[in-house]
Amino acid sequence: MELADIGKTFRRLDYQTKVTGTAQYLADMQIPGVCHGKILRSPLAHARIKNIDISKAAQVSGVVAIITRDDIVHDEGIEPYYGPVFHDQTIVAVDKVRHVGDPVAAVAALDADAAEEALRLIEIEYEELAPVLDVHEALKPGAPLVHDAVRIPESGFADLAELKPVAGTNVCTHFKLLRGNIEKGFAESDRIFEDTFTLPATQHSFLETHACIAAVEPGGRITVWATTQNPFVVRTQLSNIFKIPISKVRIIVPYLGGGYGGKVYPKIEPITVALALKAKRAVRVVLSREEVFYTITKHAAVIRMKTGVKKDGTLVARECEIYLDTGAYAEIGPRVAKKSGYTAAGPYRIPNVKIDSYSIYTNKPPAGAFRGFGVSQSAWAVESQMDIVAAALKIDPLEIRLKNGYEEGDKFVTEETLRSIGLKECVGAVAKSIGWEQKNRQGDTENKETGSTEQGARSGSMRSGKGLACMIKATITPSISCAVVKLNEDASLSIYAGTVEMGQGSETVLAQIAGKELGIPLQKIQVLGVDTDVVPYDLTTSSSRSTFHMGKAVQLAAQDIMWQLKQTVVKEYGIPEDQIKFADGKIRLPETALDYSEVMAKRFGMRGGTLVADGQVKTSVKDEYGEKSTSAFWFVAAGAAEVEVDSETGKIKLLKYATAVDVGKAINPLGCRQQLSGAAITGIGQAMFEEIAYDNGQLINPNLVDYVLPSLGDMPPVIDPISIETPDRNGPFGAKGIGESALIPVAPAIANAVFDAVGVRIKDLPIKAEKIYLGLEATRAKT
Amino acid sequence: MKKTISIRVNGIEQSVEVEPRVTLLELVREQFNLTGAKLGCDIQVCGACTLLLDGKPVSACSVLAVDADGCEVLTIEGLSGKNSLHPLQEAFMEFGALQCGYCTSGFILTAKALFDEVPHPTEQQIRDYLAGNFCRCGCYQEIVQAIKNVVGNS
Repeated sequence: MELADIGKTFRRLDYQTKVTGTAQYLADMQIPGVCHGKILRSPLAHARIKNIDISKAAQVSGVVAIITRDDIVHDEGIEPYYGPVFHDQTIVAVDKVRHVGDPVAAVAALDADAAEEALRLIEIEYEELAPVLDVHEALKPGAPLVHDAVRIPESGFADLAELKPVAGTNVCTHFKLLRGNIEKGFAESDRIFEDTFTLPATQHSFLETHACIAAVEPGGRITVWATTQNPFVVRTQLSNIFKIPISKVRIIVPYLGGGYGGKVYPKIEPITVALALKAKRAVRVVLSREEVFYTITKHAAVIRMKTGVKKDGTLVARECEIYLDTGAYAEIGPRVAKKSGYTAAGPYRIPNVKIDSYSIYTNKPPAGAFRGFGVSQSAWAVESQMDIVAAALKIDPLEIRLKNGYEEGDKFVTEETLRSIGLKECVGAVAKSIGWEQKNRQGDTENKETGSTEQGARSGSMRSGKGLACMIKATITPSISCAVVKLNEDASLSIYAGTVEMGQGSETVLAQIAGKELGIPLQKIQVLGVDTDVVPYDLTTSSSRSTFHMGKAVQLAAQDIMWQLKQTVVKEYGIPEDQIKFADGKIRLPETALDYSEVMAKRFGMRGGTLVADGQVKTSVKDEYGEKSTSAFWFVAAGAAEVEVDSETGKIKLLKYATAVDVGKAINPLGCRQQLSGAAITGIGQAMFEEIAYDNGQLINPNLVDYVLPSLGDMPPVIDPISIETPDRNGPFGAKGIGESALIPVAPAIANAVFDAVGVRIKDLPIKAEKIYLGLEATRAKT
Repeated sequence: MKKTISIRVNGIEQSVEVEPRVTLLELVREQFNLTGAKLGCDIQVCGACTLLLDGKPVSACSVLAVDADGCEVLTIEGLSGKNSLHPLQEAFMEFGALQCGYCTSGFILTAKALFDEVPHPTEQQIRDYLAGNFCRCGCYQEIVQAIKNVVGNS
C-alpha cells in the first residue's frame, strides 16, 4: 500500500460512498417514530402580531405539538432571544414579524400531511407596519425601525466587542477604519475618482436544504442531527436557549450537501429542538427550497468609493462607505461588515484610508456568511475602480496592480506585517494563462492602424476583451481547533476532528497530514464523523480555516504519537533516543527496523492497546512576534477573464477563466484544483446570473427556475485553476486556506473584461446583457 | 385511494401499494430505502433526483409513482456490479468529479443515459446533455473530463 504523502493527489476518502449512493446525508436518515415538523412563516415583511389562534390546528388528527410565542416567552426553561452577535432572533416571532418568511409558529405531527394541514388552520391576526426594504430607506431619519431595541449579550465575540447597534436607527453596526490623513491624501493626489457600486442579495443554493432531527431523552439529554458547519457553536447556542449544560447537548453532523457559509450558526436547530421538547419525541424538519431563501442570504451592498492617485498610478488615498443589507436579524452580519471594511483598501498599499462599513437592518430575510464573507462585496468595488483608474491614466491594468500590490513584509491597513503573500505571483500567473501580453500587442496595433477608439478585437459584431482582478482576505482570528489521533494495535489510525466534510475534501487532507507524519497509507486511516460527544472542540468549518488549523492540530497529535512510540522503544528496547528514526512507517534502529504494531504489543505486553494523542491550535490577536494579528494567515488570489461581447445585443460569452490562489502548500493538488475552479464557478454565478428579486419585500424568485444557477451550458470551455505555493510559517507543511479565495476576483475580472471588449462599465451586479446593451446605447447616443 | 403498481427496481420486480400522489422519488427513497437520489429543487430543474426510467433520465421529484407502473427503474444503487463499480463511478473518483456528492448520482445516471443513446459523444454533446444537472460545488470541468475519459476508454 502506498504511504500517505503531501503534494500528491490521493483518491478522496469520502468518494466510494458518494459515487455509490450509500453516503448518508441528513435527509436520508431514518429515526424510528420520528415526527414531521413544519414551519408557518410570515406572509408580510413587517407586521405586529395581534393574535394567534391555534385551536383549530390543535384538533387535526396526528398533531403532537404546536409552538407559538406563548411557548417560548412563558416557559422558564427557554431563553427566547438568541443570535451569534446580538440576541435579536427568536425561535418563533414574539411581538413582530420582520421579513417575509419569518417563522411564526411550528407544528410537529405524526405525518407531514397532518403537519401541513395544521399550519393552514393556525390563525394569525397581523397589524401591518410600513417596511424598510433597502439600505437607503433604512437610513432616512424617521424610517420605521426593524428593531425597537436590540439585546446585546454580556459576553460575545472578542473581535466584535466594539461594535454595537446605534439606538433609534436601523444601523446594526458601524465599523470604522482610519489610517494616515485622508484630507492630506486627497490634497496630494493628482486625480480623484469617485464611483458607486452595488451587488444584489444572493443565495447559497446548496442542493441539500437545511435539515435537522432532534431527539430528547427522558433524562433531558438532547441529541441533534444537524446540517451545520459549526456544531460546537450550535451546541453552545442550544445550551443557552434551552438552559441545559452543553454536556447534555449532542450534535451529530453527517456529510453536508454543500455549505458555502450558509450553514454556520443556528438555523433551524432551535425550532426543531423546541418542537421535540414539547412533543417529547423525535422531530424532523427538512426545509423546502423556498424556505432556504427565507433562512439565509448573502448581503446586498451599496459601496461608495473615492480614490486619490498620482499620475503614475500610485494609490494615495481611499475613502469608502460600505452599506451592507443585513436583513431582519444581525446573524453574523456585523463581522461580514467588518471584514468588508478591512478589505476596502484591497490588496494594495494605500497610506491614507478612511473606511466606514455598516451592517443595516431591513425587513428582508437575514443575510449572513457566504463564501467570500464581505470581501466579495468590497472587492467588486475595489477591483472595478482599479480598472477605471487604469483606463483614465492609460496604465495597463496588470501594471497598476503590480505597482501597488502587497508584497512580503508590507504593512496591512491595520499596520500589521503581512507574511506569506504571493499576490504578484497570482496576478502574473492568471495574466499569463489568458495571454495578457498578446492582448496588449493586439490593442496597440489596432489603435495605431485604425485610429479607432473602439475597443476589443473584432469579428462581426463580436468584441473580445480581457480583464483581471485580485484580492486579499483574512481568516477568523482568534480561533480554536483541537484534534485527537489514535494509533490502533494494527498500526491503523483514527482521526477525531470536528471539521465538517461538506465537499471540500477535509477528511482526505487531514488523513494525508497524519499519514505523512507517521508513514501510514491512507487505507489504514479513518476520519471519524463529527459528533460533539466524540470529537474534541473545533470553532467552525468556515473562513477557509480547516486545513491550516485542524490540519495543524492533527499534525501535532500525530507527532505526539511518534513521541510516545519513541519513548516505548527507549524503555522497552533500551535504545537511546537519538538512535531512533522514523521512516516509511517503521521505526529504524541501528541494527533493525520495528513495525508500530510490534512496538505497541511490546508496550502493552500483548496484542492490544491504543496510543492516544491530541493536538491543539489556538490563534490569537497577537502573533508569535507579539505583533497585532488580525488574521492567523492571509490569503491572496487573482482571477482573469476572457470574454466575447456582442456589441449589438450586449450578449456576453465567457471564453476562458483563469484563477490563481496562493495555497501555501498544495496538500492534495486535485483537491486544490476542485476548490479553485469550484469557487470560481460560484463566482461566475454571482457575476453573471444570480440575484434575489424582491417586490415590496416579497421574494419573487425563491426557486431554482427563476433564481438562475450556472450550469454546464454556461461554463467557459476552459477554467484554469493555478496553485501558487508561498509557504506559511505556521501552516501544516506550509499550507494555507483556499476555500473562498478563487470566488472573490471573478465578478470584477469579468466586468473589467467587458469594459475592455466594448467600453461599457458595469457597476451593478449581475453583469447582464441588458445592462451592457443599455451601456452601448448610451455610448452610441453620445457619439 | 392506494393503487397497486408493478415496478422493476434495479432488476428486482416489486409490487407495491402507493397513494396516487406519491412521487417516484418518494417511492424509491421512502419505501425502498434507496436514498442515493436526492430532492434538490422539487421542480424538475436541478437533476439531483435523476433516475433512469426505462433507460431514460427523469426527474423523479416530478414523476408520479403510479405513472411508473410496469416500468424499469435504475437508481445509483443498482449501477455497480457485485464486485466492481461502473466505469463512470470509477472515472468520477479518479478525476475528482464531485465534492459534496449531493448531485453525483444524478450526474452519473444522466451520463449513463447519454452513453446508451450516443456511445461516443463529443465534448459538446456531453456539455449539452448534462446542462440540466446542477453541481453547486462547481465540479463541471472535472465532470466533463471524467466522462470524456470513459468515452476514450470505451
